[in-house]
Amino acid sequence: MKKISLLFALALGVIGGSSFINTDDGGLGKTMPSVMLENLEGDQINSADLENGGNPIIVSFWATWCKPCRLELNTIMDDFEELQDSTGVKLVAVSIDDERNKSKVKPVVEAESWDYEIWLDSNSDLKRAMGVNYPPQTFVLNGEGKIVYSHVGFVPGDEEDLFDIVKELHEKQTQAVE
Amino acid sequence: MKKLVFAIITLATFSATAQNNLRSSVSGNFETNMQVLNEDTLIGAFAPTEKAVMNTVMNINATVGKFRAGVRFESYLPAIAGYPVFYNGTGIGYRFAEYAGDQLNIKVGNFYEQFGNGIALRAYENGALGIDNSFDGVSVKFIPRKGVELKGLMGRQRFKFKDGVIEKSKGIIRGLDCDINLNTLIPRFSDSKLKVTIGGSFVSRYQSVNDTTPPNVNIYAGRIDMRYQRFTFGAEYGYKTNDPSLQNGFVYNPGHGALVNLGYTQKGLGIILTARSFDNFQFRGDKTVLGNQLTTNFLPATTNNHTYNLAGTLYPYAANPAGEVAFQMDVFYTIKKKSKLGGKYGTKLHMNVSVATDHMRHKTGTNFSADGISYIGKPFDLNDSLYNFDFNIHLSKKFSKKWKASAHYYHFIFNNTVNPVTLLAKGYIKSDIFVLEAQYRIGRKHSIRGEIQGLFTEKDRGNWGAALLEYTISPKWFFAIQDQYNFGHPDPALQLHYLLGSFGYIHNQTRFIFSYGKQRAGIVCVGGVCRPVPATNGLSFTMTHSF
Repeated sequence: MKKISLLFALALGVIGGSSFINTDDGGLGKTMPSVMLENLEGDQINSADLENGGNPIIVSFWATWCKPCRLELNTIMDDFEELQDSTGVKLVAVSIDDERNKSKVKPVVEAESWDYEIWLDSNSDLKRAMGVNYPPQTFVLNGEGKIVYSHVGFVPGDEEDLFDIVKELHEKQTQAVE
Repeated sequence: MKKLVFAIITLATFSATAQNNLRSSVSGNFETNMQVLNEDTLIGAFAPTEKAVMNTVMNINATVGKFRAGVRFESYLPAIAGYPVFYNGTGIGYRFAEYAGDQLNIKVGNFYEQFGNGIALRAYENGALGIDNSFDGVSVKFIPRKGVELKGLMGRQRFKFKDGVIEKSKGIIRGLDCDINLNTLIPRFSDSKLKVTIGGSFVSRYQSVNDTTPPNVNIYAGRIDMRYQRFTFGAEYGYKTNDPSLQNGFVYNPGHGALVNLGYTQKGLGIILTARSFDNFQFRGDKTVLGNQLTTNFLPATTNNHTYNLAGTLYPYAANPAGEVAFQMDVFYTIKKKSKLGGKYGTKLHMNVSVATDHMRHKTGTNFSADGISYIGKPFDLNDSLYNFDFNIHLSKKFSKKWKASAHYYHFIFNNTVNPVTLLAKGYIKSDIFVLEAQYRIGRKHSIRGEIQGLFTEKDRGNWGAALLEYTISPKWFFAIQDQYNFGHPDPALQLHYLLGSFGYIHNQTRFIFSYGKQRAGIVCVGGVCRPVPATNGLSFTMTHSF
């Protein structure tokens, strides 16, 4: 047992070390892991297939019972239309509600009139794969699908930083195209 | 084990040789909770002789192309207050190797899994509560064609973490599950407005025994999910063969679990009705174990998940493991913007009501001395013995870009005889809870939030009041102070204050929180993050990091 554990740690060390050498932005710059999930329509989706035609993507982990999460998604919603028009951003709200509350996700989303793509991570598989401790945690992906920003928790004002990053990504993207 | 070694070697080889061609990454998370505890017999807080206690976990997941491997180190030196005593020492609590292809997924080592709604099988973890019933074995998922998913698994479950080594269940769990999305599978239905998904599960436990109880116990379950325009419907039914266990007093009764959901949604409105019935349905990786550990299926409470302190911590209802019949209704409604009641930004309403009762035990036709069956139970066959009643209503409104406020009311009838949470009261405890919350934004980065709460009851420890004040500076800082005051305690000497101060610092994916004071058990949300905590008195430090 101990040998296997040691082997494991060693293997991870090798993979870990080499993968960090390949990224030049200090650990960020990863892509979405491949996890099978459901959306609100009951369709199976693979998280690794997430894309937005070269535009930025916000991925936000939340739960129906998590007040700061709902405050964050509501605060973003206030300016979302404008942000979407100017940057083409898409937001995926990943609900980690388990079977106790999973059926409440759709009613909450509809009542809040959120214009987001909703994923159901009811056994926290994606949460685990992305190293999320507690919700809310928010990631920003650039046009190539690389994670360029991540933030835990939400307090009023955090959305401004998020918007700045999305706008910056959009500008970079536009400049690259030109 | 050989498979595991093989997978590790394969992974290491791939990572070393094919770095530039394959997508590779490492991610993970770290969390440490440290407490320096003082004894406080008045509030029931316990201080071990070590004084300082700590829980730490760190997950590392590596992905190389379609291969993935992960490991979790855990350390309890010793575990924090309220944690299971059989979590101690430092070691590896979880490790796996995985191949994740487009149609095929193979996992060896530890894994989590859920079939359907979890009625037949759910392995999950909740670090804050000390629950981890992961499997150690093999899991295979196969998608033969779009719309069909097959799952198979075998494994023993995680039980204790003793001196840094996992102790596993005596029973071996075997499971099969099939999920079919009819609209995807049958091209003719792909554009249908009616969406249908069906599924079935088989879960079995083998536990060697030297008595007359059956060594193999099975659960069979079937489910359906339908969506038609604004309506949703979901149902699952499970049947368990006789499972004489310590939990049920070694009776030979079969068990059942049933779940029905009916929902209606449109822009601005969401309604959901839930009904759950189960009898003798708790299934475990070991028939001789009680408590929170080694559950194989998931039977959650059919109530709202309350997060305000007094509502969430004093009389929380958990589903009765022996069986219950429960109903719940939720209505979420947004009063339109720019209407008379809605104001400039709209007004949000949420109403929730739930009731749980005992179920009927029909004795006619049973012959206990012949077959060990003590009664016959039927789905949704309730009796008039109330287990729990919970009505709650929430109103929230944004008044301006700066002001936001909400009001909440709860009425609980809690059966303390069936689910005892206090020794000071017998029978039903009725309580009314009022909460007011307001938030004011000072400029772009600063905001202040306050809460006042009151709980009123004639039983147990009487009335409570609570207040909280929080100041946050985005994106890095928060400061909070809260007090709970048991001003209505029948014994004036026990009319105590629970004062707690905390501050935190957040740097992107890293968060530090210090708090000092007295805490009651329950879900606490501070500085934008929620987590359950046990009752303590002292200093606590939490650090989390994602990478």
